[in-house]
Amino acid sequence: MNYRKISQDKLIGMYTTMVRIRQFEDTVYLLFLQGEMPGTIHLSQGQEAVAAGVCANLRKDDLITSTHRPHGHAIAKGVSLKSLMAELFARKTGCCEAKGGSMHIGDIDAGMIPAIAIVGGGIPVATGLALACKMMRLDRVVISFFGDGASNSGAFHEAVNMGAIWNLPIVYVCENNVYGASTRVNKVMKIKDIAERSSSYGIPGKVADGNDLFSVYEAAKEAILRARQGKGPSLLEYKTYRRGGHSRSDAGRYRPKKEKDFWLAKDPILQAREKLIQMGILTSEKAKEIEKKVKEEIEDAIDYAKKSPSPEPEDTLTNVFAGSKV
Amino acid sequence: MRKLTYAEAIREAIGEEMRRDNKVFCIGEDIGIEGGFGGAFGVTQGLSEEFGHERILDTPISEAGIAGAAIGAAIMGMRPIADVQYGDFIFIAMDQLVNNAAKLRYLSAGKIKISLVVRIPVGATGRGTQHAQSLESLLAHVPGLKVVCPSTPYDAKGLLKTAIRDDNPVMFFEHKLLYGAKGRKETIDVSMDVPEEEYFIPLGKADVKRKGKDITVVGLLRTVRTALAVAKRLEKEGIELEVIDPRCLVPLDEETILQSVKKTGKLIIIQEDNLFAGWGAEIASLVSEKAFDYLDASPKRVGPPCTPVPFAPVMEKYYVPDEENLIEGVKKIMG
Repeated sequence: MNYRKISQDKLIGMYTTMVRIRQFEDTVYLLFLQGEMPGTIHLSQGQEAVAAGVCANLRKDDLITSTHRPHGHAIAKGVSLKSLMAELFARKTGCCEAKGGSMHIGDIDAGMIPAIAIVGGGIPVATGLALACKMMRLDRVVISFFGDGASNSGAFHEAVNMGAIWNLPIVYVCENNVYGASTRVNKVMKIKDIAERSSSYGIPGKVADGNDLFSVYEAAKEAILRARQGKGPSLLEYKTYRRGGHSRSDAGRYRPKKEKDFWLAKDPILQAREKLIQMGILTSEKAKEIEKKVKEEIEDAIDYAKKSPSPEPEDTLTNVFAGSKV
Repeated sequence: MRKLTYAEAIREAIGEEMRRDNKVFCIGEDIGIEGGFGGAFGVTQGLSEEFGHERILDTPISEAGIAGAAIGAAIMGMRPIADVQYGDFIFIAMDQLVNNAAKLRYLSAGKIKISLVVRIPVGATGRGTQHAQSLESLLAHVPGLKVVCPSTPYDAKGLLKTAIRDDNPVMFFEHKLLYGAKGRKETIDVSMDVPEEEYFIPLGKADVKRKGKDITVVGLLRTVRTALAVAKRLEKEGIELEVIDPRCLVPLDEETILQSVKKTGKLIIIQEDNLFAGWGAEIASLVSEKAFDYLDASPKRVGPPCTPVPFAPVMEKYYVPDEENLIEGVKKIMG
């Protein structure tokens, strides 16, 4: 694969997105531990390459659906950091006006519907978005992000089959991070690769290294192009690993140390940085600059969130129905 | 004017709206297959010939997929009409309807509209327990879903046209015995004159199906027929029932019910949905809270026991509230 075909701007852009996701989540985790943020969080540290590499192939008007672990997807799709941070702080200026919290972030104006926190539940909706794109003769593409656990749900089967029979402009992107909550993937499926499931639906399936930004990008590029050309869906499986626990309260004691060490050494950001430096596109100084710039963005977002008003209690009553109050 | 059955009125509403707006489409199992059924109850019969298979979209047996796909399409501005064959099958789609259709607007700062109609056939019709349930109370309990329950062809057409144009998810309940299927002896013939000119019925507007001064009877779907039949019988005994058909549970026309009870002082609800935590309890509570001083007797509910719907005709007859059950209720409330 000739990575030099990818423009420098795009490569630096993807790298910056990864750094932005990592810093956002590291920061948010601290804020939660310090008790500054309410609710719970599901973090995706270690999976940044998937969000960044897939979304770098999308247009603003393309659409994504996400899961209970949506921060990376939202940031990569371009939902503003300020509105994300404000949502996590439960402020009125949040992307869901403080009605969603971490598990439901999204902004349709940025091409991301509110994240769907029922495992597998977003896959049929994504399929419907793609159905409409086809019926409306739009050349937009939909990405359905979900995890290894979701691929065992009935919703996955129903939706991917529909996407396949109707040849819809969608890419089903499975982030196999090895665990569904605390359950290891090999305990709940006999196949080695979730991508194999594509053969049940007669669509292409591909496994790629989800911790290698370049592999992610290339696999997504091909599948997205195929979808945009009206050739139908694909199932991509990205092998990756979440560095932290399932949620805020999970220390991840069920994970063997050897396994964890293996994956921590395969950190997607460090790998991408090394490769970009080798390619002469990035230097250590430039990498530091990027980190500094992103840190400022995140500080700005926190500042914005903290200065934003809380919703009024009665705001509970709005936006239940279109065209009328409760 | 011409007479239409309930099924024909629904089909006509779908056809008119599809002709007017190419965003409207039907999605469901067995709805457009040539030589097939036109949906489980013939409602979409013939529509694929006119509108083609892209807009009368046949699906795999995948209720979660159907509902999810319809929701996704609605987010994009399409106006899907999803068909789930028997209402009982909707449980497979429940995650989509309850967690997504009902909530995505709320979560989107009001930016998303889910203009979706789900057609849900309900009612006990001799088919046993998983093809018989009445689910209107269950769905009325979910904030974010509208619930419509027409009892006549006229109402079905006018309400469905409004529902299709509504920017919210509308659960559109149809009673299977009202469709007017020929050759089925249990079918209830409700065919009636339906205007050829276009008309709409707003959601949340009850209809007084019969005026009367003595007792307010609230029914829905099939039980409106039962109430009207009883009203006719009791007329001879000098008891005047006022029969109210809310037509929608969400939004509910509280005012029409309260006005009626303020006049009659007595309230009976008759429902095919089992009584415990059902919609009738909601109406009884509404009246108790807002018209208590007008009541001459405590509100009464007539409806099925809290059991699955049984198969044996004798048991099904016992289960579904009939004219005799309502008359018993009337006698009790009259003291």
